[in-house]
Amino acid sequence: MSDQRNNIDEATGTEFVGHEWDGIEELNTPLPRWWLWTFYATILWGIVYVVLYPAWPLVNSATEGVLKWSSRGDLQTELAKADEVRQEVFQQINAVELTDLPNNPDLMRQAVAGGAAAFKVNCVQCHGAGAAGFEQYGYPNLNDDDWIWGGDLNEIEYTLNHGIRWDGSDASRLSYMPAFAGIFDKTQVDALANHVLSLSGEGESSPTGAQLYEENCSVCHQSDGSGDRVQGAPALNDAIWLYGKDIKGIRTQIEAPRHGVMPGWRDRLDPVTIKMLAAYVHSRGGGEEADAQPAPVAPEEVAAVTEDGDDGQS
Amino acid sequence: MVSPETLGKSPSDRSGDHDWEAAVSKSMTQSPNAAARDMSPKSAPPPLKLYEARKAVHNKRIDGPFRRFKWAVMAITLLIYYVTPWLRWDRGPFAPDQAVLIDLANRRFYMFSIEIWPHEFYFVAGMLIMAGIGLFLVTSAVGRAWCGYACPQTVWTDLFQHVDRLFDGDRNARMRLDKAPWGAAKIARRTSKWTVYLLIAMVTGGAWILYFADAPTLFVDFFTGQADFVAYATVAILTGTTFWLGGFMREQVCFYMCPWPRIQGAMLDENSLIVTYKDWRGEERGSLKKAQKNPEKYGDCVDCNQCVAVCPTGIDIREGQQIGCITCGLCIDACDKVMADVGRPRGLIDYATLNQCEAESAGAPAEPAWKALLRPRTFIYFGVWGAIGAALLFALGTRTHTDLTVSPDRNPPYMLMKDGSVRNAYTLRLRNMEARPRDMEIALAGLPAGAVLWTDAIGRGDAAETQTINVPADETKVVRAYVVIPEGESADDFTFELTSLDEQREFDAEETTFSMPGDF
Repeated sequence: MSDQRNNIDEATGTEFVGHEWDGIEELNTPLPRWWLWTFYATILWGIVYVVLYPAWPLVNSATEGVLKWSSRGDLQTELAKADEVRQEVFQQINAVELTDLPNNPDLMRQAVAGGAAAFKVNCVQCHGAGAAGFEQYGYPNLNDDDWIWGGDLNEIEYTLNHGIRWDGSDASRLSYMPAFAGIFDKTQVDALANHVLSLSGEGESSPTGAQLYEENCSVCHQSDGSGDRVQGAPALNDAIWLYGKDIKGIRTQIEAPRHGVMPGWRDRLDPVTIKMLAAYVHSRGGGEEADAQPAPVAPEEVAAVTEDGDDGQS
Repeated sequence: MVSPETLGKSPSDRSGDHDWEAAVSKSMTQSPNAAARDMSPKSAPPPLKLYEARKAVHNKRIDGPFRRFKWAVMAITLLIYYVTPWLRWDRGPFAPDQAVLIDLANRRFYMFSIEIWPHEFYFVAGMLIMAGIGLFLVTSAVGRAWCGYACPQTVWTDLFQHVDRLFDGDRNARMRLDKAPWGAAKIARRTSKWTVYLLIAMVTGGAWILYFADAPTLFVDFFTGQADFVAYATVAILTGTTFWLGGFMREQVCFYMCPWPRIQGAMLDENSLIVTYKDWRGEERGSLKKAQKNPEKYGDCVDCNQCVAVCPTGIDIREGQQIGCITCGLCIDACDKVMADVGRPRGLIDYATLNQCEAESAGAPAEPAWKALLRPRTFIYFGVWGAIGAALLFALGTRTHTDLTVSPDRNPPYMLMKDGSVRNAYTLRLRNMEARPRDMEIALAGLPAGAVLWTDAIGRGDAAETQTINVPADETKVVRAYVVIPEGESADDFTFELTSLDEQREFDAEETTFSMPGDF
């Protein structure tokens, strides 16, 4: 096909460069010159980039570049921007009375979302990721409609602020059930445990059990076992058991009661976060309507609110 | 003879070191075979060159049927591009009234009466596939007609070439101006021409963004400095690329940047319609005078070079089919005009298939070009293309504007309540694709008697077997729903049923599961 004398390929009329591999010859098809300029432009681009941006890897880091740009810096800026946007919502939530939150669906949704995030950081360690608690440890389930201390927004917020049996707050929720080990003998404990079970429709009651219950337990737990939220005495006549439903668990609780502790969060979390946490816990499906009576307000809480009422975040 | 080998011929050999005048003058005395150009042993091999500068294409004005068709396609395509974003389409108060709108922020694609949601992206994918197969179909039917008439690069190059003509005159005047030294007059001409280039480019880039937001609003915002940065950046980039690619790179885009000529080159066969110089009729080339003196020796081609002069990519079609040929047919217009002037039949350069050319050179009568359409390949492409289109239309016609998705809570899976009843929580997604708010009813099917339902907004006090929820226009409403079954009952799989409470009564159901203590 080729005319070597003239160095021209017959089919295309293009000259050869002179290289040949097993009969395959290289033609000199020149590149467009703008292609070359494009190549030079990319080199220039590369040089400018190296000057402006981090480029050369050194031992511990890379060269910084004139612009001092970094992806971490970008992230910080974005986070700061997001914080700014959130600040606005925080202020709105702060301005609204907690019990008024449900009347403001959009703000409530934001509060629940914010509470869910705070819950994942501060609460899941005991109450679990789904807020379902752990029966074997006595961490209460927050999804159900059984509340030891009350399940409306104000009560939940109070518990969050002051904790339960927490020595960090004088206003902490306190209730201690006496231990009956040594006071009752084994038959008495058995009879009592069976009576307690019978309150929720299981097991057989007995006159001994009923009498023991009436004399020793009904002051707090009430005769019908409906409990007393003011004292923090759990209801015994429902299907929900903090430490398990079997007779053995009930016997243990009579002889040597366990007393769960929850820290108060007002020293660690700002009021808005606690408000949002209350909204979240209330939204889990068991939240109750607020009673006509306001929740107990501890004296120092009033002081705290007036002091840092406008402080969105601690 | 045009042979398949020349199909893949590089466009670079059209320019290289030699200019066209020289090449043509050589071919006047030699065989038209491309290889014969430098056959003479006397001509020394040219020095090796690694790069070559672009030779500006100054195509001559021509009128004729193909030029007029090209005008028409240019007018229609530009009209579509510039006018579409301004068309209005009433969708009621809850949806934009722009006929064609790609609303990226809200993830909606509006096209007249069709509204596409992200989960229906297969419609867009289907349309893209149709566009791809449509190009195959067009290629098998009419060759590179897309390249020649409808490709934006072609349309804008054409537009810019007319601007050249307007400012600098026709081919010869432009060539003279190119060669002329830089002086005040040339600078003035160039500056004003490039300003018009820039204006066209800005209008091109400016129209693009109007497809992505409400056109009248964005138009005002853009000029009052209130549009997003991304709008200005997009316009700047598209202005730059249009100015550069349409004003200066032109045919270089087709030769070196665009993959489509190469894909089409691979798809062409001897039955594809291409623009062909009928060398069996035209050769040997010679001027009218020579031909009159020696009619036996010369063919119909009078070697007037008009086909080269009018070509928008600057190729010589007489060298055979090549990648630089966008088959716009302007050379046919030019050649037909010359043939009419010299009193010879038209169609020395014409749309034809390689097979037809071969048959004609063997003495068969010329066939009309449309006969090239009638072949299995065209029908098969059309069948596939049409089937996809029909399937998309069917899917579009039968889709409902109501949808329900259910995801049960997994942590905790169930919840025992005080009274011994069991509660499950579900996240429901109620999709309303109508541009108006609609009431929808959720009902439970397959649960024991006494099972009731409430949501985070409705409240446990109003729990019932069915609930009515108002879903805002053009939205998916996410609802957290609770289902409770009474103590002692048990449940397993059941169904959420959604009915739209309007005259459409659209229905959707989703099966889910009810978890009980002891299930795990």
